[in-house]
Amino acid sequence: MMEYLQILGNEVYKILFLIVPILVSVAMIVWLDRRVWGLVQKRKGPNVVGPFGLLQTLADALKYIFKEIIIPASANKTVFILAPIVTMTLALVAWAVIPMSEELVLSDINVGILYLFAVSSLGVYGIIMGGWASNSKYPFLGAIRSAAQMVSYEVSIGIIIINVLLCVGSLNLKDIVLAQKELWYVIPLFPMFVIFFISALAETNRPPFDLPEAEAELVAGYQTEYSGMMYAMFWLGEYANILLMCAMGSILFLGGWLPITDIYPINLVPAPIWMILKILFLFFLFALIKAIVPRYRYDQLMRLGWKIFLPFSLVYLVLTASFLFYFDKLPKGNF
Amino acid sequence: MLAHSVFFYFFSVIAIFSSLMVITSRNTVNSVFFLILDFISVGCLFIMVGAEFLGMIILIVYVGAVAVLFLFVVMMLNVAEQKQSWFIGKKSTHIPIGLIVSVLILLELLVVVGGWKYKDDLMSSSTLNLSDISNTHQLGLVMYTDYILYFQLAGVILLLSMIGAILLTFRQRKGVKKQSYFNQISRNPSSSIELRDVESNKGVKIDD
Repeated sequence: MMEYLQILGNEVYKILFLIVPILVSVAMIVWLDRRVWGLVQKRKGPNVVGPFGLLQTLADALKYIFKEIIIPASANKTVFILAPIVTMTLALVAWAVIPMSEELVLSDINVGILYLFAVSSLGVYGIIMGGWASNSKYPFLGAIRSAAQMVSYEVSIGIIIINVLLCVGSLNLKDIVLAQKELWYVIPLFPMFVIFFISALAETNRPPFDLPEAEAELVAGYQTEYSGMMYAMFWLGEYANILLMCAMGSILFLGGWLPITDIYPINLVPAPIWMILKILFLFFLFALIKAIVPRYRYDQLMRLGWKIFLPFSLVYLVLTASFLFYFDKLPKGNF
Repeated sequence: MLAHSVFFYFFSVIAIFSSLMVITSRNTVNSVFFLILDFISVGCLFIMVGAEFLGMIILIVYVGAVAVLFLFVVMMLNVAEQKQSWFIGKKSTHIPIGLIVSVLILLELLVVVGGWKYKDDLMSSSTLNLSDISNTHQLGLVMYTDYILYFQLAGVILLLSMIGAILLTFRQRKGVKKQSYFNQISRNPSSSIELRDVESNKGVKIDD
């Protein structure tokens, strides 16, 4: 019994060391997002609280903590409270398999990429539950929109992942990164990288695909009725999901923790720094796109997902498979 | 092994409890939420016996896609009232049909469980070396070789049911204005702007 407790204690310790940095970086990333957004629009963005305004998110979080949580009288209370918890938990739980370097990973499982895909596809539940439990028109419409949107774009993300897996021959995230030692997949699979990036925008409900919370039509979408800490949890979960998508993109296409080149002064930089730099680069693109692209119309969004991305990634899948087969480059596997 | 059995009982208790809640809960949306919980715990049980690929696929396909659509439909239709009237309404025809289906399923389960000890020993009849390679590789090795026919047939059945569903709900609507991106982009001033000299007090006739 004692040894189980010891193992458990050890694991909790490791999990805390994963979750705390993620929460802090989510706070920082919110600042970065607003800062980039401001700079694109020739504003300064948050620059008052702390050095360069870095502590702005902490101040916001404090404000949210001390605000009253209002539960609408006609809401389904259990589901209403559960929804932000589900969003937040799912956003954090996925980080268990993200490798920051060859050794630095909480759990190195065989089906890592499937796990990531599964958890990110569960993310839709937080939104549907919140929208339905609010028992109000705008949240419900927002939830229905986001359900359709996320399910549609998941399909193309799945096929893009299959594209990468064909080149790797393993579902393990570590193997996926190590297979890119010679050539990052962003070069041979560049169109897939672009589609993955756009689908990730849609999957995380970021502009230009932020239709579930399109304020002109739906007030604030599924989070209209939420206040105080519960709203903040939705918001943190959303940003943790965005970071997760950036991490997934850098693992699948940008070579994870691998340095740009394996030449002497560059490869001295430790692996986790490379991973963080790549995640930040992708997030910077996310922030830029939020600032410069106008919102899509809903039918355009659906058309893009089903009629353009899905056929294109399927055709590219056939191309990748034929190329690998013709040049006898299919991964042989270790059996 | 203690931890393993603790986890096993944890997940199976949740699975059984939530499947009971699916059929007893009055609120249809709650039923679907419990169904999702059921799927998740069954997926976890799959992972626990070492079938991690199947477990993840259950999570992705059933929880991530099928149950979302279930929820979608249940929320859109007013099924909650129907569910009430199924049990309370006097002229209910659903209960006999439901009984027949469930008795059939029970019989099938009995046949399967009864025939369990006569089945071939899969582990020994397989040509694969099961211990060395991962679960996903094993599936991949047999799926496209020994069982290609069943695999493709399953795909064809799914495709057929999809086409059937589309055909059932498809209706051609008339008078719907559609946006053609090609026409929009290929418009230019010469084809869309016309200059006319307008005589005073006459006006211009515009062709619609």
